[in-house]
Amino acid sequence: MMTSAKAVLSHFSRSAPAAAAQAPAPSPAYAAYLKALRHRTMTIQLWQIGLVAALLILWEVAPRAGWINPMLTSYPSAVARTFMKMLEDGTLQTHTLATVLETVVGFVGGMLLGTFCAVALWWSSYLYRVLDPFIVVLNAIPKIALVPIFYIWLGDVASIYAMAIAISVFVTILMLYTGFQSIDPDKIRLVRLFGASRLKVLTKIVLPGSVPTMIAALKVNVGLALVGVVVGEFQSAKAGLGYLITYGSQIFQMNLVMTAIVVLAVISSLLFAGIQWLEASALRRHGSAGSGN
Amino acid sequence: MALLERTASTHPAVEISGVTLNYFTPERETLALSNVSLTVAQGEFVAIVGSSGCGKSTLLSMVSGLLPPSRGSIRIDGHEVTKPSPRVGYMFQKDTLLDWRTILDNVVIGAELLGLNMKASRRRAEDLLVRYGLGEFLHSLPSQLSGGMRQRAALARTLCCEPDLLLLDEPFSALDYQTRLALSDEVAGILSAEQKTVILVTHDISEAVSMADRVIVMSRRPGRIKSEHHIAFPSFGSSRPTPFQARKCSEFAGYFQTIWDELDIHQIQ
Repeated sequence: MMTSAKAVLSHFSRSAPAAAAQAPAPSPAYAAYLKALRHRTMTIQLWQIGLVAALLILWEVAPRAGWINPMLTSYPSAVARTFMKMLEDGTLQTHTLATVLETVVGFVGGMLLGTFCAVALWWSSYLYRVLDPFIVVLNAIPKIALVPIFYIWLGDVASIYAMAIAISVFVTILMLYTGFQSIDPDKIRLVRLFGASRLKVLTKIVLPGSVPTMIAALKVNVGLALVGVVVGEFQSAKAGLGYLITYGSQIFQMNLVMTAIVVLAVISSLLFAGIQWLEASALRRHGSAGSGN
Repeated sequence: MALLERTASTHPAVEISGVTLNYFTPERETLALSNVSLTVAQGEFVAIVGSSGCGKSTLLSMVSGLLPPSRGSIRIDGHEVTKPSPRVGYMFQKDTLLDWRTILDNVVIGAELLGLNMKASRRRAEDLLVRYGLGEFLHSLPSQLSGGMRQRAALARTLCCEPDLLLLDEPFSALDYQTRLALSDEVAGILSAEQKTVILVTHDISEAVSMADRVIVMSRRPGRIKSEHHIAFPSFGSSRPTPFQARKCSEFAGYFQTIWDELDIHQIQ
Protein backbone atom coordinates (compact mmCIF):
# COMPACT_ATOMS: atom_id res chain seq x y z
CA MET A 1 0.00 0.00 0.00
CA MET A 2 2.77 2.36 1.01
CA THR A 3 4.92 1.69 -2.01
CA SER A 4 2.05 2.16 -4.43
CA ALA A 5 1.16 5.49 -2.82
CA LYS A 6 4.80 6.54 -3.15
CA ALA A 7 4.91 5.37 -6.74
CA VAL A 8 1.88 7.50 -7.55
CA LEU A 9 3.50 10.50 -5.89
CA SER A 10 6.77 10.05 -7.72
CA HIS A 11 4.92 9.49 -10.96
CA PHE A 12 3.23 12.86 -10.63
CA SER A 13 6.38 14.68 -9.61
CA ARG A 14 8.29 13.12 -12.48
CA SER A 15 5.72 13.84 -15.16
CA ALA A 16 5.61 17.57 -14.37
CA PRO A 17 9.19 18.48 -15.44
CA ALA A 18 8.97 15.99 -18.27
CA ALA A 19 5.96 17.86 -19.66
CA ALA A 20 7.79 21.17 -19.31
CA ALA A 21 10.83 19.83 -21.10
CA GLN A 22 8.62 18.45 -23.82
CA ALA A 23 7.46 21.92 -24.93
CA PRO A 24 10.25 22.77 -27.46
CA ALA A 25 9.59 20.16 -30.20
CA PRO A 26 11.03 16.87 -28.87
CA SER A 27 13.19 14.77 -31.17
CA PRO A 28 11.79 11.32 -32.03
CA ALA A 29 14.44 9.70 -29.83
CA TYR A 30 13.43 11.86 -26.88
CA ALA A 31 9.73 11.11 -27.46
CA ALA A 32 10.57 7.41 -27.50
CA TYR A 33 12.56 7.84 -24.28
CA LEU A 34 9.61 9.55 -22.57
CA LYS A 35 7.25 6.87 -23.82
CA ALA A 36 9.51 4.14 -22.46
CA LEU A 37 9.69 5.99 -19.14
CA ARG A 38 5.89 6.23 -18.91
CA HIS A 39 5.53 2.60 -19.91
CA ARG A 40 7.98 1.55 -17.19
CA THR A 41 6.16 3.59 -14.54
CA MET A 42 2.84 2.13 -15.63
CA THR A 43 4.01 -1.47 -15.51
CA ILE A 44 5.49 -0.91 -12.05
CA GLN A 45 2.14 0.37 -10.82
CA LEU A 46 0.32 -2.53 -12.45
CA TRP A 47 2.62 -4.94 -10.65
CA GLN A 48 1.93 -3.22 -7.35
CA ILE A 49 -1.84 -3.31 -7.80
CA GLY A 50 -1.59 -6.89 -9.01
CA LEU A 51 0.39 -7.96 -5.94
CA VAL A 52 -2.18 -6.45 -3.58
CA ALA A 53 -5.03 -8.06 -5.53
CA ALA A 54 -3.28 -11.44 -5.58
CA LEU A 55 -2.69 -11.29 -1.85
CA LEU A 56 -6.34 -10.41 -1.16
CA ILE A 57 -7.59 -13.19 -3.42
CA LEU A 58 -5.28 -15.74 -1.83
CA TRP A 59 -6.34 -14.57 1.62
CA GLU A 60 -10.01 -14.92 0.65
CA VAL A 61 -9.71 -18.27 -1.15
CA ALA A 62 -7.32 -20.13 1.13
CA PRO A 63 -9.59 -20.26 4.22
CA ARG A 64 -12.71 -20.91 2.15
CA ALA A 65 -11.06 -23.80 0.31
CA GLY A 66 -10.06 -25.25 3.66
CA TRP A 67 -6.27 -24.84 3.07
CA ILE A 68 -5.97 -22.90 6.32
CA ASN A 69 -8.19 -22.50 9.36
CA PRO A 70 -10.37 -19.36 8.94
CA MET A 71 -10.27 -18.98 12.74
CA LEU A 72 -6.59 -18.11 12.40
CA THR A 73 -6.64 -15.69 9.47
CA SER A 74 -10.23 -14.52 8.91
CA TYR A 75 -10.76 -13.39 5.31
CA PRO A 76 -11.02 -10.03 3.50
CA SER A 77 -14.80 -10.10 2.99
CA ALA A 78 -15.32 -10.75 6.71
CA VAL A 79 -12.82 -8.03 7.60
CA ALA A 80 -14.65 -5.65 5.26
CA ARG A 81 -17.98 -6.50 6.94
CA THR A 82 -16.51 -5.89 10.39
CA PHE A 83 -14.94 -2.69 9.11
CA MET A 84 -18.29 -1.38 7.80
CA LYS A 85 -20.16 -2.42 10.93
CA MET A 86 -17.65 -0.68 13.20
CA LEU A 87 -17.74 2.37 10.95
CA GLU A 88 -21.53 2.52 11.26
CA ASP A 89 -21.66 2.21 15.05
CA GLY A 90 -18.73 4.65 15.38
CA THR A 91 -16.43 2.36 17.38
CA LEU A 92 -13.79 2.39 14.62
CA GLN A 93 -13.64 6.16 14.63
CA THR A 94 -13.29 6.25 18.43
CA HIS A 95 -10.42 3.76 18.47
CA THR A 96 -8.65 5.28 15.46
CA LEU A 97 -8.93 8.78 16.84
CA ALA A 98 -7.54 7.64 20.19
CA THR A 99 -4.49 6.05 18.55
CA VAL A 100 -3.86 8.96 16.18
CA LEU A 101 -4.14 11.50 18.98
CA GLU A 102 -1.75 9.56 21.21
CA THR A 103 0.72 9.17 18.35
CA VAL A 104 0.68 12.85 17.41
CA VAL A 105 1.03 13.96 21.02
CA GLY A 106 3.76 11.36 21.45
CA PHE A 107 5.97 12.41 18.58
CA VAL A 108 5.39 16.12 19.06
CA GLY A 109 6.22 15.66 22.74
CA GLY A 110 9.25 13.54 21.87
CA MET A 111 10.46 16.14 19.39
CA LEU A 112 10.00 19.06 21.79
CA LEU A 113 11.59 17.32 24.74
CA GLY A 114 14.37 15.92 22.55
CA THR A 115 15.10 19.32 20.99
CA PHE A 116 15.17 20.95 24.42
CA CYS A 117 17.62 18.36 25.76
CA ALA A 118 19.80 18.56 22.63
CA VAL A 119 19.95 22.36 22.99
CA ALA A 120 20.94 21.99 26.65
CA LEU A 121 23.73 19.57 25.70
CA TRP A 122 24.90 21.88 22.90
CA TRP A 123 24.86 24.81 25.31
CA SER A 124 27.09 23.10 27.85
CA SER A 125 29.69 20.68 26.54
CA TYR A 126 30.43 19.85 30.17
CA LEU A 127 26.85 18.67 30.66
CA TYR A 128 27.20 16.67 27.46
CA ARG A 129 30.35 14.97 28.73
CA VAL A 130 28.59 14.13 32.00
CA LEU A 131 25.38 12.77 30.44
CA ASP A 132 26.67 11.23 27.21
CA PRO A 133 27.09 7.62 28.43
CA PHE A 134 23.65 7.66 30.09
CA ILE A 135 21.92 8.86 26.95
CA VAL A 136 23.66 6.24 24.84
CA VAL A 137 22.62 3.47 27.26
CA LEU A 138 19.06 4.77 27.58
CA ASN A 139 18.84 4.90 23.80
CA ALA A 140 20.02 1.30 23.56
CA ILE A 141 17.53 -0.07 26.15
CA PRO A 142 14.49 -1.58 24.48
CA LYS A 143 11.92 0.94 25.70
CA ILE A 144 9.14 -1.65 25.29
CA ALA A 145 10.52 -3.28 28.43
CA LEU A 146 9.33 -0.22 30.37
CA VAL A 147 5.66 -0.61 29.42
CA PRO A 148 4.61 -2.44 32.62
CA ILE A 149 6.56 0.00 34.80
CA PHE A 150 4.98 3.00 33.11
CA TYR A 151 1.57 1.39 33.61
CA ILE A 152 2.15 0.97 37.33
CA TRP A 153 3.66 4.43 37.78
CA LEU A 154 1.50 6.53 35.50
CA GLY A 155 -1.82 4.73 35.05
CA ASP A 156 -3.63 3.71 31.90
CA VAL A 157 -3.72 7.01 29.97
CA ALA A 158 -0.46 8.74 30.84
CA SER A 159 1.56 5.56 30.40
CA ILE A 160 0.70 5.46 26.67
CA TYR A 161 1.91 9.03 26.11
CA ALA A 162 4.98 8.30 28.21
CA MET A 163 5.74 5.25 26.10
CA ALA A 164 5.40 7.18 22.83
CA ILE A 165 7.70 9.92 24.14
CA ALA A 166 10.21 7.55 25.73
CA ILE A 167 10.63 5.56 22.54
CA SER A 168 11.37 8.63 20.41
CA VAL A 169 13.12 11.09 22.71
CA PHE A 170 16.61 9.58 22.99
CA VAL A 171 17.00 9.05 19.29
CA THR A 172 15.90 12.67 18.79
CA ILE A 173 18.47 13.93 21.29
CA LEU A 174 21.30 12.01 19.64
CA MET A 175 20.31 12.94 16.09
CA LEU A 176 19.84 16.63 16.85
CA TYR A 177 22.98 16.93 18.98
CA THR A 178 25.04 15.41 16.16
CA GLY A 179 23.31 17.80 13.76
CA PHE A 180 24.09 20.80 15.97
CA GLN A 181 27.74 19.76 16.19
CA SER A 182 28.07 19.49 12.43
CA ILE A 183 27.10 23.12 11.81
CA ASP A 184 29.93 24.89 9.98
CA PRO A 185 32.03 26.58 12.71
CA ASP A 186 32.77 29.47 10.34
CA LYS A 187 29.07 30.32 10.30
CA ILE A 188 29.15 30.52 14.08
CA ARG A 189 32.29 32.69 13.93
CA LEU A 190 30.52 34.90 11.39
CA VAL A 191 27.71 35.83 13.77
CA ARG A 192 30.07 36.07 16.73
CA LEU A 193 32.01 38.69 14.74
CA PHE A 194 28.80 40.71 14.78
CA GLY A 195 28.69 40.41 18.56
CA ALA A 196 26.14 37.57 18.71
CA SER A 197 25.51 36.01 22.13
CA ARG A 198 25.26 32.24 22.53
CA LEU A 199 21.46 32.55 22.39
CA LYS A 200 21.71 34.42 19.08
CA VAL A 201 24.11 31.80 17.73
CA LEU A 202 21.46 29.23 18.62
CA THR A 203 18.49 31.04 17.11
CA LYS A 204 20.21 32.52 14.04
CA ILE A 205 22.52 29.68 13.03
CA VAL A 206 22.23 26.40 14.91
CA LEU A 207 18.44 25.92 14.92
CA PRO A 208 17.69 27.15 11.39
CA GLY A 209 20.74 25.28 10.11
CA SER A 210 19.42 22.07 11.65
CA VAL A 211 16.05 22.05 9.92
CA PRO A 212 17.04 19.12 7.65
CA THR A 213 18.20 17.14 10.70
CA MET A 214 14.95 17.92 12.51
CA ILE A 215 12.91 16.63 9.58
CA ALA A 216 15.00 13.48 9.48
CA ALA A 217 14.35 13.02 13.21
CA LEU A 218 10.65 13.65 12.68
CA LYS A 219 10.57 10.94 10.03
CA VAL A 220 12.11 8.42 12.38
CA ASN A 221 9.91 9.51 15.25
CA VAL A 222 6.54 9.15 13.55
CA GLY A 223 7.15 5.43 13.10
CA LEU A 224 8.63 5.02 16.58
CA ALA A 225 5.80 6.90 18.29
CA LEU A 226 3.22 4.69 16.60
CA VAL A 227 5.06 1.61 17.86
CA GLY A 228 5.15 3.10 21.37
CA VAL A 229 1.45 3.90 21.32
CA VAL A 230 0.33 0.49 20.07
CA VAL A 231 2.52 -1.33 22.56
CA GLY A 232 1.29 0.98 25.33
CA GLU A 233 -2.27 0.22 24.33
CA PHE A 234 -1.61 -3.52 24.45
CA GLN A 235 -0.92 -3.16 28.15
CA SER A 236 -3.23 -0.56 29.45
CA ALA A 237 -5.77 1.04 27.18
CA LYS A 238 -9.54 1.05 27.18
CA ALA A 239 -9.54 2.38 23.62
CA GLY A 240 -7.29 2.55 20.57
CA LEU A 241 -6.21 0.17 17.82
CA GLY A 242 -3.65 -1.57 20.01
CA TYR A 243 -6.46 -2.29 22.46
CA LEU A 244 -8.62 -3.66 19.61
CA ILE A 245 -5.81 -5.99 18.60
CA THR A 246 -5.31 -7.49 22.09
CA TYR A 247 -9.05 -7.61 22.76
CA GLY A 248 -9.76 -9.25 19.39
CA SER A 249 -7.06 -11.86 19.88
CA GLN A 250 -8.21 -12.68 23.43
CA ILE A 251 -11.78 -13.43 22.26
CA PHE A 252 -10.40 -15.01 19.07
CA GLN A 253 -12.08 -12.47 16.80
CA MET A 254 -9.57 -12.30 13.94
CA ASN A 255 -11.87 -9.96 12.00
CA LEU A 256 -11.32 -7.35 14.66
CA VAL A 257 -7.54 -7.88 14.76
CA MET A 258 -7.18 -7.70 10.98
CA THR A 259 -9.37 -4.60 10.75
CA ALA A 260 -7.22 -2.83 13.34
CA ILE A 261 -4.03 -3.81 11.50
CA VAL A 262 -5.37 -2.54 8.17
CA VAL A 263 -6.32 0.79 9.77
CA LEU A 264 -2.85 1.01 11.37
CA ALA A 265 -1.25 0.49 7.96
CA VAL A 266 -3.37 3.30 6.52
CA ILE A 267 -2.54 5.63 9.43
CA SER A 268 1.19 5.05 9.17
CA SER A 269 1.07 5.60 5.39
CA LEU A 270 -0.78 8.87 5.83
CA LEU A 271 1.54 10.09 8.60
CA PHE A 272 4.57 9.22 6.50
CA ALA A 273 3.15 10.94 3.43
CA GLY A 274 2.42 14.01 5.57
CA ILE A 275 6.02 14.14 6.81
CA GLN A 276 7.29 13.74 3.27
CA TRP A 277 5.20 16.66 2.15
CA LEU A 278 6.51 18.69 5.09
CA GLU A 279 10.07 17.69 4.21
CA ALA A 280 9.71 18.75 0.59
CA SER A 281 8.23 22.13 1.44
CA ALA A 282 10.59 22.85 4.34
CA LEU A 283 13.72 21.91 2.40
CA ARG A 284 12.62 24.02 -0.53
CA ARG A 285 12.28 27.00 1.78
CA HIS A 286 15.50 26.06 3.56
CA GLY A 287 17.34 26.39 0.27
CA SER A 288 19.42 23.25 0.46
CA ALA A 289 18.80 19.71 -0.62
CA GLY A 290 19.40 18.54 2.92
CA SER A 291 23.10 19.27 3.28
CA GLY A 292 22.61 21.89 5.96
CA ASN A 293 25.77 23.68 4.98
CA MET B 1 34.83 63.91 5.85
CA ALA B 2 34.90 61.40 8.67
CA LEU B 3 37.22 59.30 6.58
CA LEU B 4 39.68 62.17 6.15
CA GLU B 5 39.74 62.82 9.87
CA ARG B 6 40.40 59.19 10.58
CA THR B 7 43.16 59.01 8.00
CA ALA B 8 44.72 62.02 9.60
CA SER B 9 44.60 60.47 13.07
CA THR B 10 47.95 59.79 14.64
CA HIS B 11 47.28 56.12 15.33
CA PRO B 12 48.14 53.41 12.87
CA ALA B 13 45.12 51.36 11.77
CA VAL B 14 46.44 48.18 13.37
CA GLU B 15 49.23 47.76 15.86
CA ILE B 16 50.22 44.22 16.75
CA SER B 17 52.93 44.20 19.37
CA GLY B 18 54.73 41.22 20.79
CA VAL B 19 51.85 38.81 20.24
CA THR B 20 52.41 35.22 21.29
CA LEU B 21 49.84 32.45 21.25
CA ASN B 22 50.01 29.09 22.95
CA TYR B 23 47.23 26.63 22.74
CA PHE B 24 46.70 23.45 24.62
CA THR B 25 45.33 20.07 23.66
CA PRO B 26 45.44 16.98 25.92
CA GLU B 27 48.31 15.66 23.80
CA ARG B 28 50.56 18.70 23.68
CA GLU B 29 51.13 22.36 24.11
CA THR B 30 51.63 24.25 20.86
CA LEU B 31 53.37 27.56 20.37
CA ALA B 32 51.41 28.83 17.38
CA LEU B 33 52.75 32.36 17.17
CA SER B 34 55.89 33.73 18.71
CA ASN B 35 56.46 37.41 19.37
CA VAL B 36 54.76 38.82 16.29
CA SER B 37 54.81 42.60 15.83
CA LEU B 38 53.29 44.37 12.87
CA THR B 39 51.95 47.83 12.16
CA VAL B 40 49.48 48.57 9.40
CA ALA B 41 48.93 52.18 8.32
CA GLN B 42 45.52 53.67 7.57
CA GLY B 43 44.43 52.73 4.06
CA GLU B 44 47.27 50.28 3.58
CA PHE B 45 46.80 46.85 1.95
CA VAL B 46 48.98 44.27 3.69
CA ALA B 47 49.20 40.64 2.65
CA ILE B 48 50.50 37.93 4.95
CA VAL B 49 51.83 34.81 3.26
CA GLY B 50 53.04 31.64 4.84
CA SER B 51 52.76 27.92 4.44
CA SER B 52 49.70 26.25 5.89
CA GLY B 53 49.75 25.91 9.66
CA CYS B 54 52.02 28.91 10.20
CA GLY B 55 49.37 30.67 12.24
CA LYS B 56 48.48 33.40 9.76
CA SER B 57 44.74 32.74 10.05
CA THR B 58 45.11 32.57 13.82
CA LEU B 59 46.70 36.01 13.74
CA LEU B 60 43.68 37.28 11.80
CA SER B 61 41.32 35.73 14.37
CA MET B 62 43.15 37.62 17.10
CA VAL B 63 42.94 40.93 15.22
CA SER B 64 39.19 40.32 14.80
CA GLY B 65 38.81 39.92 18.56
CA LEU B 66 37.56 36.33 18.47
CA LEU B 67 40.71 34.96 20.06
CA PRO B 68 42.74 36.69 22.79
CA PRO B 69 46.54 36.48 22.50
CA SER B 70 48.42 34.64 25.25
CA ARG B 71 50.85 37.57 25.49
CA GLY B 72 51.21 40.90 23.77
CA SER B 73 48.57 43.32 22.60
CA ILE B 74 46.62 44.26 19.52
CA ARG B 75 45.34 47.78 18.99
CA ILE B 76 42.99 49.05 16.32
CA ASP B 77 42.99 52.85 15.95
CA GLY B 78 44.75 53.01 19.28
CA HIS B 79 42.14 50.95 21.15
CA GLU B 80 43.01 47.57 22.61
CA VAL B 81 41.04 44.74 20.98
CA THR B 82 39.07 42.72 23.52
CA LYS B 83 36.05 41.58 21.55
CA PRO B 84 34.75 41.68 17.97
CA SER B 85 33.90 45.14 16.70
CA PRO B 86 31.57 46.16 13.86
CA ARG B 87 34.34 48.44 12.57
CA VAL B 88 36.25 45.34 11.54
CA GLY B 89 34.98 43.24 8.64
CA TYR B 90 36.00 39.63 8.12
CA MET B 91 35.85 37.51 4.99
CA PHE B 92 36.24 33.76 5.16
CA GLN B 93 37.63 31.25 2.71
CA LYS B 94 34.14 29.85 2.28
CA ASP B 95 31.38 32.35 1.65
CA THR B 96 29.50 31.15 4.78
CA LEU B 97 26.22 32.40 3.34
CA LEU B 98 23.26 31.01 5.27
CA ASP B 99 21.38 28.69 2.92
CA TRP B 100 17.98 29.46 4.42
CA ARG B 101 18.21 33.22 3.95
CA THR B 102 17.85 35.14 0.71
CA ILE B 103 20.92 36.98 -0.54
CA LEU B 104 19.54 40.28 0.74
CA ASP B 105 18.78 38.81 4.17
CA ASN B 106 22.29 37.33 4.26
CA VAL B 107 23.85 40.70 3.55
CA VAL B 108 21.93 42.50 6.30
CA ILE B 109 22.59 39.84 8.98
CA GLY B 110 25.28 42.02 10.55
CA ALA B 111 22.95 44.98 10.87
CA GLU B 112 20.28 42.66 12.25
CA LEU B 113 22.60 41.29 14.95
CA LEU B 114 24.03 44.71 15.79
CA GLY B 115 20.54 46.19 16.07
CA LEU B 116 21.18 48.86 13.43
CA ASN B 117 18.51 50.65 11.44
CA MET B 118 17.20 47.86 9.22
CA LYS B 119 15.65 50.11 6.61
CA ALA B 120 18.88 51.98 5.94
CA SER B 121 20.91 48.76 6.01
CA ARG B 122 18.56 47.10 3.57
CA ARG B 123 18.92 50.05 1.22
CA ARG B 124 22.69 49.95 1.49
CA ALA B 125 22.71 46.18 0.98
CA GLU B 126 20.57 46.48 -2.14
CA ASP B 127 22.84 49.21 -3.42
CA LEU B 128 25.98 47.12 -2.87
CA LEU B 129 24.45 44.01 -4.43
CA VAL B 130 23.34 45.95 -7.50
CA ARG B 131 26.83 47.40 -7.84
CA TYR B 132 28.38 43.91 -7.62
CA GLY B 133 26.10 42.65 -10.38
CA LEU B 134 23.73 40.73 -8.11
CA GLY B 135 20.73 43.01 -8.57
CA GLU B 136 18.64 40.21 -10.05
CA PHE B 137 19.41 37.88 -7.16
CA LEU B 138 18.37 39.95 -4.14
CA HIS B 139 15.63 37.48 -3.26
CA SER B 140 17.32 34.31 -4.48
CA LEU B 141 18.69 31.69 -2.14
CA PRO B 142 22.49 31.19 -2.08
CA SER B 143 22.15 27.73 -3.66
CA GLN B 144 20.95 29.41 -6.86
CA LEU B 145 24.21 31.39 -7.25
CA SER B 146 27.61 30.40 -8.63
CA GLY B 147 30.72 30.34 -6.44
CA GLY B 148 31.97 33.73 -7.62
CA MET B 149 28.56 35.34 -7.14
CA ARG B 150 28.30 33.86 -3.65
CA GLN B 151 31.70 35.27 -2.69
CA ARG B 152 30.65 38.70 -4.03
CA ALA B 153 27.53 38.48 -1.87
CA ALA B 154 29.82 37.66 1.06
CA LEU B 155 31.87 40.78 0.26
CA ALA B 156 28.67 42.83 0.24
CA ARG B 157 27.79 41.35 3.65
CA THR B 158 31.24 42.32 4.96
CA LEU B 159 31.04 45.87 3.62
CA CYS B 160 27.38 46.44 4.53
CA CYS B 161 28.25 47.54 8.07
CA GLU B 162 30.88 49.93 6.69
CA PRO B 163 33.97 48.60 8.47
CA ASP B 164 37.21 50.61 8.31
CA LEU B 165 39.42 47.55 8.53
CA LEU B 166 38.97 44.42 6.44
CA LEU B 167 40.41 41.05 7.31
CA LEU B 168 40.45 38.68 4.35
CA ASP B 169 41.19 35.06 5.20
CA GLU B 170 42.04 33.42 1.86
CA PRO B 171 38.76 34.69 0.43
CA PHE B 172 39.43 33.47 -3.11
CA SER B 173 41.03 30.10 -2.52
CA ALA B 174 37.78 28.13 -2.77
CA LEU B 175 37.10 29.52 -6.26
CA ASP B 176 38.25 28.21 -9.61
CA TYR B 177 41.28 29.93 -11.18
CA GLN B 178 39.50 32.23 -13.65
CA THR B 179 36.91 33.37 -11.13
CA ARG B 180 39.67 33.95 -8.62
CA LEU B 181 41.59 36.28 -10.92
CA ALA B 182 38.48 38.18 -11.98
CA LEU B 183 37.16 38.51 -8.45
CA SER B 184 40.47 39.60 -6.91
CA ASP B 185 40.58 42.35 -9.53
CA GLU B 186 37.06 43.41 -8.63
CA VAL B 187 37.65 43.29 -4.89
CA ALA B 188 40.92 45.21 -5.14
CA GLY B 189 39.09 47.88 -7.14
CA ILE B 190 36.26 48.14 -4.63
CA LEU B 191 38.58 48.27 -1.62
CA SER B 192 40.96 50.86 -3.03
CA ALA B 193 38.01 53.02 -4.14
CA GLU B 194 36.66 52.93 -0.59
CA GLN B 195 40.16 53.46 0.88
CA LYS B 196 39.83 50.59 3.30
CA THR B 197 42.66 49.24 5.39
CA VAL B 198 43.08 45.58 4.46
CA ILE B 199 44.94 42.61 5.86
CA LEU B 200 44.86 39.68 3.44
CA VAL B 201 46.00 36.25 4.52
CA THR B 202 46.86 33.88 1.71
CA HIS B 203 49.15 31.07 0.69
CA ASP B 204 49.01 32.28 -2.92
CA ILE B 205 52.15 34.36 -3.49
CA SER B 206 51.00 35.85 -6.79
CA GLU B 207 47.73 36.92 -5.23
CA ALA B 208 49.62 38.65 -2.42
CA VAL B 209 52.11 40.39 -4.72
CA SER B 210 49.45 41.51 -7.19
CA MET B 211 47.07 42.96 -4.58
CA ALA B 212 49.10 44.28 -1.66
CA ASP B 213 51.22 47.34 -0.90
CA ARG B 214 53.31 45.24 1.44
CA VAL B 215 53.81 41.49 1.76
CA ILE B 216 54.70 39.94 5.10
CA VAL B 217 56.31 36.50 5.01
CA MET B 218 55.74 34.27 8.01
CA SER B 219 57.89 31.34 9.04
CA ARG B 220 56.54 27.94 9.79
CA ARG B 221 55.31 27.10 13.28
CA PRO B 222 55.90 28.75 15.62
CA GLY B 223 54.82 31.62 13.36
CA ARG B 224 57.20 34.55 13.27
CA ILE B 225 57.55 37.42 10.86
CA LYS B 226 60.43 36.42 8.63
CA SER B 227 60.60 39.36 6.28
CA GLU B 228 58.56 42.06 4.65
CA HIS B 229 58.51 43.43 1.12
CA HIS B 230 57.19 46.75 -0.09
CA ILE B 231 55.59 46.12 -3.43
CA ALA B 232 55.83 48.81 -6.11
CA PHE B 233 55.54 48.68 -9.85
CA PRO B 234 57.51 51.68 -11.20
CA SER B 235 57.31 50.24 -14.70
CA PHE B 236 53.56 50.81 -14.63
CA GLY B 237 53.91 54.50 -13.86
CA SER B 238 52.80 56.42 -10.82
CA SER B 239 49.31 54.92 -10.47
CA ARG B 240 48.69 51.56 -8.88
CA PRO B 241 48.10 48.71 -11.34
CA THR B 242 45.10 46.43 -10.87
CA PRO B 243 46.04 42.92 -9.75
CA PHE B 244 45.61 41.68 -13.30
CA GLN B 245 47.88 44.39 -14.72
CA ALA B 246 50.37 43.87 -11.89
CA ARG B 247 50.81 40.24 -12.91
CA LYS B 248 52.09 41.45 -16.28
CA CYS B 249 54.56 44.02 -14.87
CA SER B 250 58.27 43.29 -15.15
CA GLU B 251 58.82 43.54 -11.37
CA PHE B 252 56.23 40.86 -10.62
CA ALA B 253 58.42 37.81 -11.30
CA GLY B 254 61.21 39.18 -9.08
CA TYR B 255 58.93 39.63 -6.08
CA PHE B 256 57.42 36.23 -6.66
CA GLN B 257 60.83 34.53 -6.77
CA THR B 258 62.14 36.29 -3.65
CA ILE B 259 59.09 35.37 -1.60
CA TRP B 260 58.98 31.85 -2.97
CA ASP B 261 62.58 31.31 -1.86
CA GLU B 262 61.83 32.65 1.61
CA LEU B 263 58.85 30.37 2.10
CA ASP B 264 60.98 27.20 1.85
CA ILE B 265 58.06 25.42 0.27
CA HIS B 266 60.31 22.71 -1.18
CA GLN B 267 61.12 21.55 2.36
CA ILE B 268 57.51 20.55 2.98
CA GLN B 269 57.23 18.24 0.01
